[in-house]
Amino acid sequence: MLIQQIINGLTLGSIYALFALGYTMVYGILLMINFAHSEIFMVGAYCGFWFLSMLPFLSAFPGLLIPAMFLAAIIFSGVLAVLMERVAYRPLRRAPRLAPLISAIGVSIFLQNLMMLAVSAQSQPYPESFNITRFQFYGATVNSLQIFIFLLSIVLMVLLEIFIHKTKVGQAIRAVSQNHVVAQLMGIDVNKIIAMVFFIGGGLGGVAGVLNGMYYGSIKYNMGFLPGIKAFTAAVVGGIGNIRGAIAGGFILGLLEAFSAGYISSENKNIIAFAVLILVLMVRPGGLFGEEVTEKI
Amino acid sequence: MKSAGRYILPAIILLLIVFPLVFLHSNPYAIQVAGLIGIYLILCLGLNITIGYTGLLDLGFMAFYAIGAYIAAILSINNVSFWIILPVCMLAGGVVRWLLGLPLLKLRGDYLAIVTLAFGEIVRIAANNAVSITNGPKGLPRVGERFSSINFFSIKFTENIHFYYLILFFVFIAIVASRRLENSRLGRALVAIREDEVAAELTGINVAAVKSVAFVLSGIFGALSGAIYAHWIGFISPEMFTFWESVFLVAMIVIGGMGNISGVILGVFLLVGVPEILRDTLGTRFVDYRMLIFGAVMVAVIIFRPQGILPSKRRALELEAHV
Repeated sequence: MLIQQIINGLTLGSIYALFALGYTMVYGILLMINFAHSEIFMVGAYCGFWFLSMLPFLSAFPGLLIPAMFLAAIIFSGVLAVLMERVAYRPLRRAPRLAPLISAIGVSIFLQNLMMLAVSAQSQPYPESFNITRFQFYGATVNSLQIFIFLLSIVLMVLLEIFIHKTKVGQAIRAVSQNHVVAQLMGIDVNKIIAMVFFIGGGLGGVAGVLNGMYYGSIKYNMGFLPGIKAFTAAVVGGIGNIRGAIAGGFILGLLEAFSAGYISSENKNIIAFAVLILVLMVRPGGLFGEEVTEKI
Repeated sequence: MKSAGRYILPAIILLLIVFPLVFLHSNPYAIQVAGLIGIYLILCLGLNITIGYTGLLDLGFMAFYAIGAYIAAILSINNVSFWIILPVCMLAGGVVRWLLGLPLLKLRGDYLAIVTLAFGEIVRIAANNAVSITNGPKGLPRVGERFSSINFFSIKFTENIHFYYLILFFVFIAIVASRRLENSRLGRALVAIREDEVAAELTGINVAAVKSVAFVLSGIFGALSGAIYAHWIGFISPEMFTFWESVFLVAMIVIGGMGNISGVILGVFLLVGVPEILRDTLGTRFVDYRMLIFGAVMVAVIIFRPQGILPSKRRALELEAHV
């Protein structure tokens, strides 16, 4: 039972963590809550869905199909996120802080309804892309899809970590998140870096969407909403703006959800997740791994 | 100019009182939409105290609407008079809001937003799961039960038009209260906190207490609105209090113009009234595209008027934020 919940929690946690990275990176660089990120997640899931259902000939080459599908989802969601930034957020960079939030809500409503009208208002089954085999593991069951989700997320997170800390572009991203003006003075094209952040965050969100579709086996136009709130919660729990914090927060939230579903009540698992969020913020207002921010005067 | 301005307000009030009588038989739907706008006005004017004046982002305000609606429904089913229910709901809304504010008002802006969001979801999910009290997703009243009707002297509130006048009355109270607050010592303290908390503290404002008062005032209006709505519609379910509804309230305030009463009124009219009018005039084929267009228009409006359509004069005087 315990091990089973840990396995379920780690799987959920990987999805939340990937999803949370988009929220935290955008917040880190623009100090805005990108509400429409949950729609990027949804669009990513649909992209994988189209890929699987429209290119059936590829299923003869499973080794090719899955990487190609994820690549398509990354590019599609990443480009969508960049477009979103260009159209709806960039004009508002100097506006009052609530303005981009409202713009993001508008984008979110637009994309959800677009998808509902263009595709379907019903939930659709996600095509199987994977021969799922189950393994017994100390009395718990773990299937190959869960292992795949976990490993893929870890690989992507490690790549992101290397990218942010070891490359020149990563350094530029860190510089911009500290101070736009000074970064610009150092010769960094701030707009390009912001677009880059949206692309990376969006791509990771798209992957999370595909994984979510594969894991639960169905997708719907409003599927991004609840995971979106939870991923955002994860980002806040970890200290928003902090990449490692978001990863840790994602896993914490996933484990918490699995444990409360397993031991307390699956009906109330969401209440427990949110109650923990409130408690964490009461004790540590900056999130678990957030640095103490002194208010600027 | 000044003499003409004196007549505008009475004219509007007169128009609002006469308007439903004109449509009473020709278009009862108009009265219903007007009532709905009024309900949202009370909510938004309440929320405006938190967001517009004090600058605290609240993404779970529907929780207080829900608290008001559920308390009203439960009491009403047990034959408690509406005129007793109303103060009870307002008190409950205020107390819960106060308790929520105790630990939360210390948080920085965006953290406060996420915690209020979480609280909103907790209230909704709890209403959904506490079947013995709230009848869960099936909503209240249960089969065989009914709300007791509102009696005002000998008038029994049964028609939309009765509720229209009831709502109108409370909208006026909310507007007058907001106006009085805006020009009061407390209102100026709220604005000072919004502009610079540290400076406000240094001028001798008790920041924690003042924020708490603003928070509680909002909660009272939220619960009040919920209590009236429950009686009017005669049915409530957790589905009415989703996160989207809370976000919508924020959108109304920001699009109209934060911290400006006329702005809030305009925002409510645009976001509640216009979609309903469009539904009526453009026919059923359009209904599907309504929300799609709505989302796009929302982005366009905020890009062209980031301060809202009718920006608050006081906000325009604000020094540029250093963040």
